[in-house]
Amino acid sequence: MANRPMLEIVSLEKRFGTNTILKKIDLKVAEGELVFVIGPSGSGKSTMLRCCNRLEEPTSGDIIVDGRNIMAGTRRDLDRMRLQIGMVFQGFHLYPHMSVLKNVTLAQRKALKRSKVEADARAMDMLEQVGMEHKADAYPGELSGGQQQRVAIARSLALDPKVMLFDEPTSALDPELVGSVLKVMKDLKSKGMTMVVVSHEMGFARETADRVVFMDGGVVVEQGTPDEIFGAPKAERTRAFLSRVSG
Amino acid sequence: MDIFIDQFFNIEIMRKSLPLLITGLWMTLQLCSAVILLGLIGGLFVALGNMSERRWLRWLSIAYTDLFRALPPLVLLIFIYAGLPFAGINISPFAAVVIAFLLNNSSYYAEVYRAGLISVAKGQWEAAQSTGLSPAQTLIYVVLPQAVRNVLPDLLSNTVEVVKLTSLASVISLSELLYNAGMARSVTYNASPLVLAALFYLVLLWPLVRLVSHFQRRLAA
Ligand SMILES: Nc1ncnc2c1ncn2[C@@H]1O[C@H](COP(=O)(O)OP(=O)(O)OP(=O)(O)O)[C@@H](O)[C@H]1O
Ligand SMILES: [Mg+2]
Repeated sequence: MANRPMLEIVSLEKRFGTNTILKKIDLKVAEGELVFVIGPSGSGKSTMLRCCNRLEEPTSGDIIVDGRNIMAGTRRDLDRMRLQIGMVFQGFHLYPHMSVLKNVTLAQRKALKRSKVEADARAMDMLEQVGMEHKADAYPGELSGGQQQRVAIARSLALDPKVMLFDEPTSALDPELVGSVLKVMKDLKSKGMTMVVVSHEMGFARETADRVVFMDGGVVVEQGTPDEIFGAPKAERTRAFLSRVSG
Repeated sequence: MDIFIDQFFNIEIMRKSLPLLITGLWMTLQLCSAVILLGLIGGLFVALGNMSERRWLRWLSIAYTDLFRALPPLVLLIFIYAGLPFAGINISPFAAVVIAFLLNNSSYYAEVYRAGLISVAKGQWEAAQSTGLSPAQTLIYVVLPQAVRNVLPDLLSNTVEVVKLTSLASVISLSELLYNAGMARSVTYNASPLVLAALFYLVLLWPLVRLVSHFQRRLAA
């Protein structure tokens, strides 16, 4: 069943005090689709992603993952549904007091209740997928930023999420390390993962994204294929933004 | 000089008072274990209350830590032991000491925990919860180990204070180390048992004090 929606953001609104940051956002992401989100600083990109797993509590609206509304249900249900939504942060946020392997097995053991054998095996698979299996016993502090980010991706993948959210996954990396992380993301896409990526890596978007979404001031201003958005943006605000970032 | 040695380092008298002092030491250790263990647990809950999203819990926690850090522990102890009976509440000396010092001690532990919890980056909470860990699991496996490591010297310092604090229990005639040493002194008319008790405290606390310095230096490095 191709093209069924895997993630639906339905008239999502977020206010901080009297400040409305997200204004009735609607966005559908199909299974296996990679949606690339761009927009100026403060436009609400991070807030939108963080509302998708309720790290930020939406003021109103619905978030539907594979047909289930994560805004409904108890705290327990939320923990369970978060397993289906992987999140990768700009700052990696690996657990510094645990080895790489432990980082990847913790939630498998405690949230998914997998056995140690099963969790370890799954972790090694995922570490291999991101090219980090040789560092399973290392601690995060001993890794480069790019390596840490790949471990963080493995930590999310090990839980078999249905959607992966990336919030500027390469923005904290030295330029020479960016490629290794983008490659992992490209692999993921080719394996059919549904992904929403907030990033400034326009080259990656052109190559990999199915759709580019331009946000500004808490609304989706324009969306389309990479060719449409980068080649022939319709809205004035999109044009202004793109000429600023490319120029 | 002989008089000095005879009065303070009289081996014969030390030997004779040793059983009494050992009994006292045992009581001191029981007191310490109870106050430290319960304090470590209670203090954590008070610290969590302090960081809660519920305002009344925050206020309760702040009132608790303010009150019991401001009240002198000896005042608390005498109030609980000698004051509460006037309200018809009779408490054994042991329980009175544990309760009084627990109130005091858990407040200090709570402040230390709070500093530790704040020192852990918010991203750690978010990363853990985004992988489906519950708030309690996040606290236990991810945040608390880092928090404790960051404030280990302060937790240990506070523990040293607890051990010293228990000597105040002698005031209500609880037969802990200092009280028993005082007994031995009055029976033998000799200060050597007090010196021996001081040595016991030293042996008990000196390693801890060293450990504090060790961790402080390591954290500073
Ligand atoms: N916890 C918060 N409290 C108050 N305001 C907030 C909070 N988090 C975000 N904001 C505000 O919401 C707006 C959108 O922030 P957001 O981080 O989503 O933007 P962004 O598009 O991700 O920007 P950037 O490209 O800089 O990461 C900003 O104006 C920000 O100041
Ligand atoms: Mg952002």
